[in-house]
Amino acid sequence: MTGPLVGSIFSAAPPINFNVEALGNLFWQLTIDGLSYGAIYALVAVGYTLVYGVLRLINFAHSEIFMLGMFGQYAVLMALGFTPSGNVYSEGTLLTIFYLGIALLGGMAVSGGAAVGLERLAYRPLRKRNAPSLVFLITAIGASFVIQEFVHFVLPQLTGGELGGLNAQVPIRLVAPQEQFTLFGASVTNITLIILGAAFILALGTDTFVNRTKFGRGIRAVAQDPNTATLMGVSRERVIMLTFLLGGLLAGAAALLYTLRVPNGIIYSGGFILGIKAFCAAVLGGIGNLRGALLGGLILGVMENYGQVLFGAGWRDVVAFVLLILILMFRPTGILGETLGRARV
Amino acid sequence: MSRDSESEHDPGAIGAGAEVGEEYRHMSEEAYGEGPVGPMITDDAVTVDVADVHPELADPEVVAEIVAPTRAIDTRVGEPLVELNEVSVQFGGLTALDSVTFTINRGEILGLIGPNGAGKTTCFNAMTGVYRPTSGTVTFDHQVMAKLKRNQITRLGIARTFQNVRLFGEMTALENVVVGTDARHKTSVPGATFRTSRHRHEERDAIDRGMALLEFVGVGGRATEKARNLPYGDQRRLEIARALATEPKLLCLDEPAAGFNPAEKAALMDLIRKIRSDGYTVLLIEHDMRLVMGVTDRIVVLEFGKKIAEGLPSEIRDNPAVIAAYLGVPDDASA
Amino acid sequence: MSNASFKDRPKGGVGDSFRSWWNALARPAQWAFGAPFILLIALLPLLNIPLLTTEGTNFGAVMAQFGMYALIAIGLNVVVGQAGLLDLGYVGFYAVGAYTVALLTSPSSPWNQTGPNGWLSTDWAWLACLPIAVAITALSGLILGSPTLRLRGDYLAIVTLGFGEIVRLLADNLTEITGGGRGLAQVAYPRLGVTEEFPLGVFSAGNVGKTLNSGVWWFWFSIVLIIIVLLFVGNLERSRVGRAWVAIREDEDAAEIMGVPTFKFKLWAFVIGASIGGMSGALYAGQVQFVVPTNFNVVNSVLFLCAVVLGGQGNKLGVILGAFIIVYLPNFFLGRTEILGIPINGDSIAQYKYLFFGLALMVLMIFRPQGLIPVRQKLLTYGRELFVAARRRSKAEEAEVTK
Repeated sequence: MTGPLVGSIFSAAPPINFNVEALGNLFWQLTIDGLSYGAIYALVAVGYTLVYGVLRLINFAHSEIFMLGMFGQYAVLMALGFTPSGNVYSEGTLLTIFYLGIALLGGMAVSGGAAVGLERLAYRPLRKRNAPSLVFLITAIGASFVIQEFVHFVLPQLTGGELGGLNAQVPIRLVAPQEQFTLFGASVTNITLIILGAAFILALGTDTFVNRTKFGRGIRAVAQDPNTATLMGVSRERVIMLTFLLGGLLAGAAALLYTLRVPNGIIYSGGFILGIKAFCAAVLGGIGNLRGALLGGLILGVMENYGQVLFGAGWRDVVAFVLLILILMFRPTGILGETLGRARV
Repeated sequence: MSRDSESEHDPGAIGAGAEVGEEYRHMSEEAYGEGPVGPMITDDAVTVDVADVHPELADPEVVAEIVAPTRAIDTRVGEPLVELNEVSVQFGGLTALDSVTFTINRGEILGLIGPNGAGKTTCFNAMTGVYRPTSGTVTFDHQVMAKLKRNQITRLGIARTFQNVRLFGEMTALENVVVGTDARHKTSVPGATFRTSRHRHEERDAIDRGMALLEFVGVGGRATEKARNLPYGDQRRLEIARALATEPKLLCLDEPAAGFNPAEKAALMDLIRKIRSDGYTVLLIEHDMRLVMGVTDRIVVLEFGKKIAEGLPSEIRDNPAVIAAYLGVPDDASA
Repeated sequence: MSNASFKDRPKGGVGDSFRSWWNALARPAQWAFGAPFILLIALLPLLNIPLLTTEGTNFGAVMAQFGMYALIAIGLNVVVGQAGLLDLGYVGFYAVGAYTVALLTSPSSPWNQTGPNGWLSTDWAWLACLPIAVAITALSGLILGSPTLRLRGDYLAIVTLGFGEIVRLLADNLTEITGGGRGLAQVAYPRLGVTEEFPLGVFSAGNVGKTLNSGVWWFWFSIVLIIIVLLFVGNLERSRVGRAWVAIREDEDAAEIMGVPTFKFKLWAFVIGASIGGMSGALYAGQVQFVVPTNFNVVNSVLFLCAVVLGGQGNKLGVILGAFIIVYLPNFFLGRTEILGIPINGDSIAQYKYLFFGLALMVLMIFRPQGLIPVRQKLLTYGRELFVAARRRSKAEEAEVTK
């Protein structure tokens, strides 16, 4: 009886391809593209890692903050008079940059505001009641649902069907992908350059902010020892708000970069999986560690691309979880270790 | 400081305890079979009358017999139960303990004192296997201590209380104590699911012993109250009962008198003596000098990770090194 | 030593009075009171009560779904409510249970055992697969739990979420085995009650449109399973296992120091929770007789969590109420166009269910984190005598005070 059973298991066609040859051929292209995806993950991961460092809380709703940023920029562009189906880039380089900038600011504003609002409405009452961490996590999940469904159902009603809803918004192609040059045989497009460039500037700015400015010191102080920080005159509530704001702004920026890459990704559920992956990236690099989040994001983006070619398109999403499990088993503090605040034992 | 007759607590003297146990078990069968016997005179403001359900627990001697240790201990009374031999513990560049040597003898109450930062907690952790000493050995009941998981340390026979009370707030007092007795029980998960006879036997045992322990420390009346609702003094006593429930060879009390007024401290001293005369060995870490001097048999003093004195309380009280450690030296003497 | 006065004792409300009365009853008395109540619940689909019965969907089918969700809630309660381990991928266990049954009995599966070569007869296939599904799911719980239960609580949540997603992605991508997006059809079900009227038995999905439709039969079957599971879980609660779980939930370090082997019992909680989830998955497979990956997503995991949290985490009866609310409320509104004469748009209200449940979670966590029916666990097998004595004494004291 067991014979045929075992035989049937092994006779089923192998469902996982192992396509090393394709990986070798496309290696550099995958790497370059992976880095640009990874930059997006990195920016979102910073939001997770900062909030965790300061509050020891996984802000599940951060993925929805990202999603709101996408809608925010969409709304701004529509308000500026673009038709959804039009191709914006026909307007000329300088104007395109101008519009990109406006969209960026719009997305960042919406995301930043939403993040601060989330903190005020959902988490602060719990902090005041000294709730255990399980309660925070459950609230975070609830908030994530509420925001998603709000965009799904309520927003279309508020905007007369223009925003939100079941289907992805019609893509706004801001920039036409044009190859600028080749690197080791891989094609580098203008979109990739914009993403990597913008992400680099933002990452540098955030790093400087957290490590060199007074506000950043406040963040690090509260992350390490909230009580002493308060005694030293650092306002804990202000720092927390600042942390959420910073994470939100970066998520809003990432939203624009994401739309450049994936024009039809603006949908109410568009943030969810990306958020989970960004969190995995944050853990990969070392939760609570700013540079770790950046590094983790880049690594995840690249590995995902490799995995997709190596194993097949459907396995792309699994890569993040597999990496997460591996890092938690073999080096739980992450690649760069946890530094922003010492992790709770 | 007198001690009870040593013959009662010879190693392997399980027989004495077992006899009383048999008698008690017979009596408790009756108690389970029928309704309450009737209220007896108890303190006011208690919520359960222990005599209602366990009439035999009204007699303190029966209680003491039930609570007394019954596990075999290799070390004879008066012999070293715990031996620290040149134990050093270093964390990176910091030396927390420096070649500390002393023993705890079976059946005594040893006090471990020293100013803050002296290394008492580190010493305690090294003794209980939480830290592995950088050098030197710790021997417990003729066995060298290796790095163990914390629940294994308890099974080895070392129980402790905490500086800040760490009870399981949602559970009742009795349930808290029964968690301690569970450490010695062997019911498996399938056994509990299907209520095997071992499970039922151990559960009955748990309540018997648990109620006796609560009576022993003086919180018997509050057995069914939630631990978080108990007054502070009762919570501390409950912690001691819970530690005793694990049937330890060595009971370690970590600043048990913190927050007590003098009357409560006196009662605590009585309780510690009662625990010792029941057959346990006690290690006491305390800051309150009067309590330490009043209840311990011997004292070990640490300062900056080194042992600076060891001896009888009267000797320690007059020891200049100890006085210097606590009170400091006058300016002209240090010049 | 201290004398807290009787008057300062925290007073209980109506729920507490009911609880005190219930807890003082002996076991046979509890069964005597409980059985008619259970009977009433079982007969609900047949009684066709006007406002209660759903309009848009068949009430029997709704109750059958409630039965499944109640089982899931009890299982998840063991993990989240009792042991305090946040599991966001519980749907993964549900999927493993369902797919085990489907893989063994669906004709389109490469491992089908019901064909001419297999060792399962079509009539009894499902019932035979039920324990197999439970065992395999328990094994998967063991595999998932062993490396991950040493992690901090927050990480455990993400890793379990990952597990749930991985199971779904496996089901979606291993097309040769699981049928991928198409799923597996014609899953076996218990072929009982075969008569002329019901040629395929009462449990077949084809049995619709009558009062005693398949939904009602599956509902009754799930009630039986629920009672059995409640008995076992109750036994566990009142043993060293239940005490260990509460101790771990309260203060894991202190529990470890008091001799509780915390890792072992956390793993058991996981395995037991997984088994119950697998049981429910097998129920699901048998009921709809068609298994696809789309249902086994994170959103449903969160819904399960919602049922547990809403009902009262830690309280095995409370979570059943939570499951009822989760399943019944959206179905109540579906297809309903008026309530007591007031016109409403039931369909659109039902649409908002995730929004409402998300809001409910948020509001509940702020104002009543213990849920609708807070847990007041009894952790001792023979604790009743003491409880009765305590109650009697406090009543006597109360009488003294009010004199």
